[in-house]
Amino acid sequence: MAIEHHDFDVLVLGSGGSGLRAAVAAAEAGAKTGLVCKSLLGKAHTVMAEGGLAASLGNVDPRDNWETHFQDTMFGGKYLNNWRMAELHAKEAPDRARELEHWGAVFDRTPDRKMSQRAFGGHTYKRLVHIGDRTGLEMIRTMQDKAVHSDIDIFMETTITRLIKDGDRVVGCFGYRRASGEQISFSSKALVVATGGSGRIYKITSNSQDCTGDGYALAYEAGAELVDMEFIQFHPTGMVYPPGVAGLLVTEAVRGEGGILRNALGERFMEKYDPKRMELSTRDVVARSIYTEVKEGRGTPHGGAYLDVSHLDSDYVRRKLPSMYDQFLELAGVDITKEPMQVGPTCHYFMGGIKVDPDTGETRVPGLYATGEASGGMNGANRLGGNSLGDLLVFGRRAGIGAAADANKLSAVALPAEELTAAQGEVDTYLNGSGTENPFQMHKDLQKIMGDGAGIFRDKEGLTEAISLLESLESRVDKLKSPSPRLEYNPGWQLCREVKNMLTVSLMIARGALMREESRGGHSRLDFTAYSDYWAENNIVVHSKGGYDMQLTPTPVFKRDELSELVEARKESEKAS
Amino acid sequence: MSETMAAGGTRTLQIWRGDLTSGQLVDYTLETEPGMVVLDAVLEIQRSQAPDLAVRWNCKAAKCGSCSAEVNGKPRLMCKTRLDHLPADEPITVEPMRAFPIIQDLVTDVSWNYEVNKKIIPFTPREDLPEGDYLIDQADTDRMSEFRKCIECFMCQDVCHILRDQRMHNKYYGPRFMVRLASLDMHPLDGIDRIDQIADEAGIGLCNITKCCTEVCPEGIHITDNAIIPLKERVVDARHDPILKIFKRNNTRPGKKKPEASA
Ligand SMILES: Cc1cc2nc3c(=O)[nH]c(=O)nc-3n(C[C@H](O)[C@H](O)[C@H](O)COP(=O)(O)OP(=O)(O)OC[C@H]3O[C@@H](n4cnc5c(N)ncnc54)[C@H](O)[C@@H]3O)c2cc1C
Ligand code: SF4
Ligand code: SF4
Ligand code: FES
Repeated sequence: MAIEHHDFDVLVLGSGGSGLRAAVAAAEAGAKTGLVCKSLLGKAHTVMAEGGLAASLGNVDPRDNWETHFQDTMFGGKYLNNWRMAELHAKEAPDRARELEHWGAVFDRTPDRKMSQRAFGGHTYKRLVHIGDRTGLEMIRTMQDKAVHSDIDIFMETTITRLIKDGDRVVGCFGYRRASGEQISFSSKALVVATGGSGRIYKITSNSQDCTGDGYALAYEAGAELVDMEFIQFHPTGMVYPPGVAGLLVTEAVRGEGGILRNALGERFMEKYDPKRMELSTRDVVARSIYTEVKEGRGTPHGGAYLDVSHLDSDYVRRKLPSMYDQFLELAGVDITKEPMQVGPTCHYFMGGIKVDPDTGETRVPGLYATGEASGGMNGANRLGGNSLGDLLVFGRRAGIGAAADANKLSAVALPAEELTAAQGEVDTYLNGSGTENPFQMHKDLQKIMGDGAGIFRDKEGLTEAISLLESLESRVDKLKSPSPRLEYNPGWQLCREVKNMLTVSLMIARGALMREESRGGHSRLDFTAYSDYWAENNIVVHSKGGYDMQLTPTPVFKRDELSELVEARKESEKAS
Repeated sequence: MSETMAAGGTRTLQIWRGDLTSGQLVDYTLETEPGMVVLDAVLEIQRSQAPDLAVRWNCKAAKCGSCSAEVNGKPRLMCKTRLDHLPADEPITVEPMRAFPIIQDLVTDVSWNYEVNKKIIPFTPREDLPEGDYLIDQADTDRMSEFRKCIECFMCQDVCHILRDQRMHNKYYGPRFMVRLASLDMHPLDGIDRIDQIADEAGIGLCNITKCCTEVCPEGIHITDNAIIPLKERVVDARHDPILKIFKRNNTRPGKKKPEASA
């Protein structure tokens, strides 16, 4: 049966900040460009970002420069970052921020009418360009309008279920339109994966429904390498109550504005864990502290910690934290100017991702590029707040340019018929096959395994158990079947492939976490609580040996001689303080 | 307010099931947990009773504008509407937005909005801008920011009688895009004169200021007072002000250019 087909030079998967920026760059470079996303345009996960975008413009604090931003990023990432990526990000973020403004984005101002910048955890100077607490929306809307007027073909609510290769090269992909269930294929000389993270493998997450790790799994299946998958950022403050909204983010700005954390006994417990920085300690430390207080029986009635701003002037709170005020009043029935919030850790961000060339976003698979949260390396073991939005712009642009340059060298590509047939067979099986496994149930099972064994604290026993439970899901995944055979907007059908993707991602995480016998950034082992000298120098790189069989290889951190001085200087000043 | 009002208990939802050709309300009864929002209930029904129930959602944080539906007859974000804020003694009805064609169950085809948006020329800097950083007042930023808070839930489009009842989708852009045009028109560095589009193609004259749109906006944007009425006044000034007509042949504001015909 003939299906809808489109030909592009460059095809981008994902319309978050990174995908939009990549598509705009590819189109500007003269490539015939397409953009595919699971949700409607303008609804991607990026739209939720609140705090801001880190760029060393020096508008508020003129002492700021790219070198300090680079050092902060390396320190935050516990020196496991790809040095070149951290360098490019720090150097180019200011230009990307200005460019957004030239495309019509509107940010808060300084008294001398320039873009204002706010303080955030781990940044030496006031560095985050922002607009209130909705910076992600501003970014998405600006680039959405730019993309719409850049001669880019956009395919909304279209789910890609497979990348298609011709020999060694990725030459396109296959999927279906969610509204009609109609199949669709794309050929592309170069394809950019910008599909974001995979927070939905945990029950408690700040991530949107789209975040099911599709890009990680599709790239893995196509032969790409992934890096640092064991590092997951649990944001310390998510809502814990009511159950329906558990995980919803409570922005770091609450603590930035003077919010105080207490346990059920009324103790300001951060005094025990980080007396110097208290509530504004790094995210990994605060998250672990709250977790420990709850685990040791000092949690609030709903199993979290109290976060209190009621000592601040109530007008000030309403002005500075408007969406938090609304969120708690509306959803929890709590007036935060009078009562404390209850908060606990929530899965927030994936430091790891597809391993790419820092300058071009190219993976080790010809024709395959990656960017944004879907790619790894820039953030090392822990991401600083504000460094994702900058990352999306800097590396989204670079991947778009890289992909277009590649595509412009190539004559037309075609999808091998047997590959296409196999991809069609897979989605048909989820709909009409003889399988008996319910995707909703399996998603729940997977979330429980990951929460129990590979959550915020890990140990050998728990991880080994999680891995064996995940392995027992491998055979069940092949029997997944949508409870309904309807083609149009069928949620169970959609979830089948997503669950398969999440299983692949979960295995990478658990296996990487078992291998890394130390605690560092977003990876905490109860049985190896200290830094290890060996692991300080190595990332874990994973690729497929076929199916769910994975090769994990410790690989030395990517360094650059010309940056050594900056890195050493930072390490020295840390020791001194 | 305290958590004591966070009642759970058994509730009945009447959810509209069907497609473009036909459909009806179907009853679902479920045990609710305290503090549940309508979207939680719909997703729980999807998980346990009606696995093919179609519903559009993404952020579940009232930030993406995907989950708009008519709850008890009023457009709302399902992820922001608590069950226990709705009358306890009657079923809760959940229906798709009526101003747009239905795809399946609660999911509507909102693509018309994207077509309208394409017709609006994006921000285009004035030609007389000096080199260097853009300089903008915080006051201008605040004014534009109210409009730029829009999450494109399209609920204002859903209630506007010009679209919902009169079906004049080809004559009126709707309140969402009045808000968008207002944000561009008020950008101090934008170089496009948008008056012709606002008056003619966008059809601002059709709006008779009923304010229904403003009432449903989940972002609290004063659509009518702050966007539509000032734009209407600008149209009047530019087109009908006799004094301006005498002194200026071309009523374009300084720094603003009429768009090229092709745009
Ligand atoms: C509440 C919250 C607040 C945050 N605040 C900040 C902040 O202040 N500063 C900061 O720097 N970072 C922040 N972050 C992190 C940041 O928002 C994300 O890391 C970033 O937005 C990821 O962008 P992305 O472009 O990589 O992908 P996403 O925005 O996740 O977009 C992924 C896209 O891929 C598409 N997609 C996925 N799978 C498929 C498929 N199979 N087929 C087709 N399309 C697919 C999706 O539909 C979507 O369009 C925040 C995150 C959250 C949750
Ligand atoms: S005020 Fe105007 S735009 Fe708003 S609903 Fe009424 S007619 Fe429609
Ligand atoms: S203006 Fe308000 S109601 Fe209309 S689309 Fe935007 S957020 Fe929704
Ligand atoms: S799901 Fe995003 S607004 Fe409700």
